[in-house]
Amino acid sequence: MTTVVNGVNVEALLGAREVLKGAPEAAAFTWRASSTWTHGVHTQVKVSNFFGLGEEQAHKQESVFEADHPAVFAAEDDGITPIEYLLVGLASCLTAGVASVAENRGIKLHSVEATVEGNHDIRGILGADPDVRNGFNDVTVTFNIDADASREDIEALVAQSQKRSAVFDALTNPTNVTVEVA
Amino acid sequence: MLERGEVANSWRRERWESLRLLTPNWQTRLPGLPYDGPDPDGYATAGEVADLIERFAAVTAAPVRTGVAVTSVRGSGAGPGDGTGGGYVVTTSQGEIACRAVVIASGACNRPVVPALSAGVPAGVEQVTPHDYQGPAKLPDGGVLVVGASATGVQLAAEIARSGRPVILSVGEHVRLPRTYRGRDILWWMDAAGIWDQRYTEVEDLDRARRLPSPQLVGSPGRSTLDLNVLASRGVELVGRWSMARDGKALFSGGLRNVFALADLKMNRLLGTFDEWAAASGRGSELRAPERFEPTGVPASPRWRLDLGSGEIGAVVWATGFRPDYGWLDVPAVDAKGNLRHDGGVVTESPGLYALGLPVLRRRKSTFIYGIEDDAREVIAHLAGYLDGAAGTP
Repeated sequence: MTTVVNGVNVEALLGAREVLKGAPEAAAFTWRASSTWTHGVHTQVKVSNFFGLGEEQAHKQESVFEADHPAVFAAEDDGITPIEYLLVGLASCLTAGVASVAENRGIKLHSVEATVEGNHDIRGILGADPDVRNGFNDVTVTFNIDADASREDIEALVAQSQKRSAVFDALTNPTNVTVEVA
Repeated sequence: MLERGEVANSWRRERWESLRLLTPNWQTRLPGLPYDGPDPDGYATAGEVADLIERFAAVTAAPVRTGVAVTSVRGSGAGPGDGTGGGYVVTTSQGEIACRAVVIASGACNRPVVPALSAGVPAGVEQVTPHDYQGPAKLPDGGVLVVGASATGVQLAAEIARSGRPVILSVGEHVRLPRTYRGRDILWWMDAAGIWDQRYTEVEDLDRARRLPSPQLVGSPGRSTLDLNVLASRGVELVGRWSMARDGKALFSGGLRNVFALADLKMNRLLGTFDEWAAASGRGSELRAPERFEPTGVPASPRWRLDLGSGEIGAVVWATGFRPDYGWLDVPAVDAKGNLRHDGGVVTESPGLYALGLPVLRRRKSTFIYGIEDDAREVIAHLAGYLDGAAGTP
């Protein structure tokens, strides 16, 4: 498979899969973000390095994210809401999966668009009703894909991308989270 | 031939009461013993399978030594572990046997798999594996959480629901199949279209093929389909894969819809290949028209949490698969996942050691009763060559 149709280097990914099968320690990655409170409910988050393949790794450049809350939350809206970052992660992770799986299956993509909606009952975070959870009640992703493939093949791309998505797994399955004061 | 119990022991002792084979009777045959009963399209009970195997042992005058449990197989010292072909020492409950070659035919389903999260199940909830389970009457009162939706899970969920108990079925990735397609048993299609005969060297992802869960099938007299839509229509509550037990609560994956989508897509792709085969082979006229089945219905809001201590359920049934037990194999040929390393049943790193009856050993049909014949012929040919001092390639 040397013809790159969508610009995903599937050969490198498949090669990594074979190598890492026998090297679980190299497969252990740690992703990091560091945040600084600015004022109000506005926080700035920076992401620049991570650990993987047995050593420290750096992104090509640091990324800076502003997280705030909208005016209807009586905030200044100088950035998106933290829970919206989950939607950003989900949409981009699933889309990367669609592109990778399409590449692997030799399917040329013309456009891949997704809208992600998370339904959220904010009575939970406000403490207005103890029976309401803080997080999303449900999340819906709708893909609009133009590709040289049948509808069934496109559905299979989307299904396979969920099957191998880190963010889809992190959202649909519980994860132990430790929050401590250093 | 060493057998820890009696002939067909696991068929007599490790099967629940209602169990029937997934394969139709005409496929349930051994060399020289074709099915000759009145119901070729029916499905044998465990007792009938045990009788067949016993009959085969008698007809072939197989040198079976029953009541002999193997506790260790090791290289004889000069031996196979280091590749010099010195033979093996088999320690049994009846003493030691020295031999030049060993064929492991103990199968892949010696122990039920019980995931680590079982540790989070409160003491008041009974935990049952398919080896313990006999029938719904022997379960404690209350609802039942069946974990796993392969053949075992869907069959037990259906049987327990029929007994009147509330059943919750935790569903991960699964293989959906209709019992019959275009008027023929689905396993007729697998056989006729050549899928069961596909060799291990032709399978695209052999690791995955060997891990494939059993299909959602039951061998019932009515030849009916037992998929998740059928179970849901009978009141079985479908929830996602059980991903964690925390604070006495089971937490299920929110990804249920996608495991349905994956299974529906794969089933339809398979049925499409059957239709193509039927058209290409000119057999379409003998068969009913192509059909497609309803997509698996997604519950409006599947629950992702169950309080295990609330009394809602009295038992958890682990239908989470089986694994082989090589605890007695003192030859370093077992991988980190507990599976034997072999090439088509030939344990290349330990000459003289062979296996039969493992998933996709040499063909997709390797674990079927009628599927072992072709494998056995090839593996034994290799073994004979080895004993003659001319070990070839697998």
